[in-house]
Amino acid sequence: MDELIKVENLKKYFPVNLGFFRSIVSRSQIFVKAVDNISFDIKRKEIFGLAGESGSGKTTTGRVILRLIEPTAGKAYFKGKNIFETRQTDTKTLRRQMQMIFQDPYESLNPRFTVYDIISEPLKIHKIYSSEKQVQEKVLERLEEVKITPPEQFLLRYPHELSGGQRQRVALARSLVLDPEFVVADEPVSMLDVSIRAEVLNLMFDLIEKHNVSFLYITHDLALARHICDRVGIMYLGKIVEMSETEKIVYDPLHPYTKALMVAVPIPDPNARRSEAVIKGEIPSPINPPSGCRFHTRCPSYIGDICRTKEPELLDVGGEHYVACHLYNK
Amino acid sequence: MPLMDVEDLRMYYRTSSGWVRAVDGLAFKLESGHGLGVVGESGCGKTSIAITLMKILPRNARIFSGKIIFDGKDLVPMGETAMRKNIRWSGISLIFQGAMNALNPVFRIDDQIVEAIKLHEPNVTEKEAKERIAKLFELVGVDPSRASNYPHEFSGGMKQRACIAMALACNPKMLISDEPSTALDVIIAAQILKLLRELKQKLNLGMMVISHDLSIVTETCEEAAIVYAGKMAEFGDIVQIFKNPLHPYTQGLLSAFPSIKAQKTRLISIPGSPPDLTKPPPGCRFNPRCKYAMEICRKKQPALIETEKGHYAACHLVNPIN
Repeated sequence: MDELIKVENLKKYFPVNLGFFRSIVSRSQIFVKAVDNISFDIKRKEIFGLAGESGSGKTTTGRVILRLIEPTAGKAYFKGKNIFETRQTDTKTLRRQMQMIFQDPYESLNPRFTVYDIISEPLKIHKIYSSEKQVQEKVLERLEEVKITPPEQFLLRYPHELSGGQRQRVALARSLVLDPEFVVADEPVSMLDVSIRAEVLNLMFDLIEKHNVSFLYITHDLALARHICDRVGIMYLGKIVEMSETEKIVYDPLHPYTKALMVAVPIPDPNARRSEAVIKGEIPSPINPPSGCRFHTRCPSYIGDICRTKEPELLDVGGEHYVACHLYNK
Repeated sequence: MPLMDVEDLRMYYRTSSGWVRAVDGLAFKLESGHGLGVVGESGCGKTSIAITLMKILPRNARIFSGKIIFDGKDLVPMGETAMRKNIRWSGISLIFQGAMNALNPVFRIDDQIVEAIKLHEPNVTEKEAKERIAKLFELVGVDPSRASNYPHEFSGGMKQRACIAMALACNPKMLISDEPSTALDVIIAAQILKLLRELKQKLNLGMMVISHDLSIVTETCEEAAIVYAGKMAEFGDIVQIFKNPLHPYTQGLLSAFPSIKAQKTRLISIPGSPPDLTKPPPGCRFNPRCKYAMEICRKKQPALIETEKGHYAACHLVNPIN
């Protein structure tokens, strides 16, 4: 068993606040089905990507797995142990092994903390070392690893003195300082300039090699996912519609939504075919998602009533290539 | 005659630590029906170029030299009233970055566009303006019956379309679009880029697309200008630039950029970050980050020279045509 994380039938519904009057009059509670019954697993040393448009439930999935928000239903196992059934005290030990990198390095670092405070805080919370000197050594070592050099000069700096790329590298150092086995990276480079992105990403690769970390990489940028992830799950309105190795998703997408996404990705090559066949419309509201297959309202390969009435299951079509579409359910 | 011909344009901002040279010796030509992409990292002066061309500068900014010949007239010496009357909106329109936040949330969308039309064309009646809006909405692909909605009733993509409609309200000859698709989802972004491409052809617009994203520029433009630290590093036909990037900065940008079609490779970043524009490095501004930097690069600023027909680069390593 080389699965590090196994997620089964995960659901997260957020209740919609109707306001005082309507909450008295109306009896039924309305929910935003942010994540609706998804299952996947992440192997050791693997980078698993979750890609999709905004509002598809990528970030919610990442946060629920870390129990930053509580799930509505479902199970998630970390090394065979159900994360959602652990008690508060155990969550703390669990968090030592599971960390997160946030999207915006301008907001995820406390502006009143120095770089040293930021990186040493997890060590202090988890009481890893008894002496301050050991903590300092560890912080210096981690800063060196994320190429913030010379580390001594950065220890007493505040986040506002750092560039965006440096901030995100400090955030990376912070999430890796406890030697976690699993990290959720929520669009870690989307706020950075193109020229700096590569630097942060390559650093991430190196650290994965060195420390045997597995990643859940959340992104809306498929071109980036293709360069980073080993396997990708494509999400649409809280569901995984296709999941496979990245190469298969890129070169042989099966689900009409994945195909549409691939066509929509702009290509930095003037000789490439211009993307003309773009699907129309926008992602529907997750409060009242379409019946049957959720993509049927925009689907270019709509095959009839079955798409409208029956929800397709995520099935293996061969070679661990999972698709949820009636076109392939024969 | 090109629609816009810019020569040696310099615009600096005054700050407490000195003059920030945000636009420093810019020159380009733009034809009607053509798209020019302006590409560079953040802090390279891309947006400054846009606001200089429209002359909507903050108080601490000043145009020091240069010419902006638009439609035969030089905009640099033109007064504020004339700019507003004859150039902005009816000559050049600008779609701001984050257009979804550019709409006023407490006014109906059509009322906002009517306001813009009436301000620039006082003879137009309210009824004519509304008719024009219906046509514009059809052009940008929004149901005209939705024109009297409030901005919050529109989705992100629709707001962006409404902003494009608003920019086109007074039949401009040139459209500047600052990061047209950031903050939009892939599919919506592709729809917007396609719309821009179609509008450019249909209305014979001169279009300038400002982006940090090379792929967005390739999807919409024929020519590209790579800017670095307020200066033009390379300029040329987009195919030339991709096939044969000459400036080390362009090469760096291209290899840092992930493409969904290309081989899965390790992306290569450009070390360091753009310089502080109050004290740009002597010589070539890219020299501290350039892997080919030589002695001369630290001393002499390279001029923009033509290396093949229509392809210019500012680097000591390139040879002039013949």
